[in-house]
Amino acid sequence: MSLESLQDIWLTYQSTVAFIGLNGLLALSVYTTLSCGQLSLAQAGFMAIGAYASTILTFHTGLPFAVNLAVATLLPALVAIPLGLPVLRLKGVFLAIATIGFGEVVRLFFVNLDFTNGALGLTAVPQRTSMWMIYAALGAALFVLWRIRGSRTGHALEAIREDEPAARTMGIDAARYKLAMLALGASFAGLAGALEAHYTYMVSPSTYSFSRVVDMLVYAVVGGTGVFYGPVVGATFLTALPEVLREVSSRIGLAPGPVRLFVNGLVLLLVILFLPEGISSLPRRVRGALQARRRARAS
Amino acid sequence: MGQQIVNGLFLGSIYALFALGYTLVFGVLDILNLAHQAVFMICAYAALVLVVHLHMPMFVAFPAAVLLGGILGMGVDRIAFRPLRGRSDSNIAGLISSIALATILEAVVSQIFGPDVERFPLGSVPTRTLHIGDAVVSELQIVIIAIAAAMLLGLTWLLRRTRLGRRIRAVAESPKAARVLGVDVDWIISASFFVSSALGAAAGILFGLAFNNVAPDMGRSVELKGLAVIVLGGMGSMPGAALAGLALGLLEVFTVAFIGSSYRDAVAFGVLFLVLVLRPRGLLGSAALREA
Repeated sequence: MSLESLQDIWLTYQSTVAFIGLNGLLALSVYTTLSCGQLSLAQAGFMAIGAYASTILTFHTGLPFAVNLAVATLLPALVAIPLGLPVLRLKGVFLAIATIGFGEVVRLFFVNLDFTNGALGLTAVPQRTSMWMIYAALGAALFVLWRIRGSRTGHALEAIREDEPAARTMGIDAARYKLAMLALGASFAGLAGALEAHYTYMVSPSTYSFSRVVDMLVYAVVGGTGVFYGPVVGATFLTALPEVLREVSSRIGLAPGPVRLFVNGLVLLLVILFLPEGISSLPRRVRGALQARRRARAS
Repeated sequence: MGQQIVNGLFLGSIYALFALGYTLVFGVLDILNLAHQAVFMICAYAALVLVVHLHMPMFVAFPAAVLLGGILGMGVDRIAFRPLRGRSDSNIAGLISSIALATILEAVVSQIFGPDVERFPLGSVPTRTLHIGDAVVSELQIVIIAIAAAMLLGLTWLLRRTRLGRRIRAVAESPKAARVLGVDVDWIISASFFVSSALGAAAGILFGLAFNNVAPDMGRSVELKGLAVIVLGGMGSMPGAALAGLALGLLEVFTVAFIGSSYRDAVAFGVLFLVLVLRPRGLLGSAALREA
């Protein structure tokens, strides 16, 4: 293959590669709160805060991009703490609903904010995100989660996820751990929001709607929430899939939008019904099945 | 003022119908059925197809589409919820599988009808207006409020007075105890889904008629508002959902009238958020349910 055709391929799929990284980071942000058994659906709200904060800094100050990104990472975490104090007392579905409410309030706040052009949002944001930044951010997030796993904190989180009252009896300060994970997840989302805004040249409130959170949750669940890299596997699979589907749907003459939705829904349904640990558990399962068969043959 | 109250009650009665279905399933299963909005949307389309393409009169198309909604609801239970029953994380897993099913259904509808808004033909609904005091009320609004009220009463009767209603309440109280007493729990859950989705379907058709606007994504905003309504009313509480639906309708209309239309949705979620933080059991909910 010539160098030029390789370059062509890169140009065609460059943005897909970027979005795999961004979606991976977003999926990790959902996973982070889920790792102690809490389903937070406020992630799009945190993402919006990060995106808007960094864009406003870009437009109105001459600060270096690294500072903007730092603000976009820290600000959502600072918002998450006062949010989490009352909200994290809620359990299961109630927490999910409360965080949906928060996410919508954030979105509607930006819809009504004239300073950032309301529902239309800001366009012509300078492109300051490069590919390495996206993957450095993803790598950093994975590194943090990898370090947590197996540490004292990691064990505490696992205990809280499995049985919170029991964990509290063991002396684990469940409220603090849950709050810390909510804040960490919020900062991942904020960072992803800032990177995306400076990659796609725009921020607008409609980007951060409820369906965006659903997308993130789908990545995490399809990839598998049992291991820290699962969400990234899910994000990669589901972000690359539409590229394949676009080809297929144009050949059989169906509109690509609905086909993508349909396949996303179908994949999610099949995974939750038949593969509750996600596609990242697939190699382990196949290996297990093969071993069982070998053992059966040997005996 | 009188006009605003009529408009608020009209919008609120649709929210109430939608939320009643939501909260019925939550009361029985402790699970949020996020495919409820897909049933809402599909049945609005079903009524549209029956009226436009099969030239049925509205009073035939409406019950037919409601029946379809009920059957669809039983399908939702079979596909998205029954296989997960007994799994330890069935709460969150059910939430996700119903989102998946809703996505699939929405994709199918947008493939068939396209993303554009469809409308009911002129003359398929009454358009005359009446004057009550200083308020102008259309016949359609009266019909919609009447249908909503009738369905509400019907549901109350069903749950309070019939054998099926007694069993549904028994399963909501404790599936295990109900099973011991010889109730076929799976069947009762199926029946609850039928009733719940029929209510959602009726809400969808009325919503489509009220705003003469049927689109694949029409269920989304109503879904989130429905969440606000059932939380405000108290999860699992029927009278609470009805009351909160009307309250939200009035609140929205007054917000539009006195603050501005762009804050309309913010009110619903602001209320939702405050209720969850300050009084998580809602207006009429029982404290015991909160542990779910």
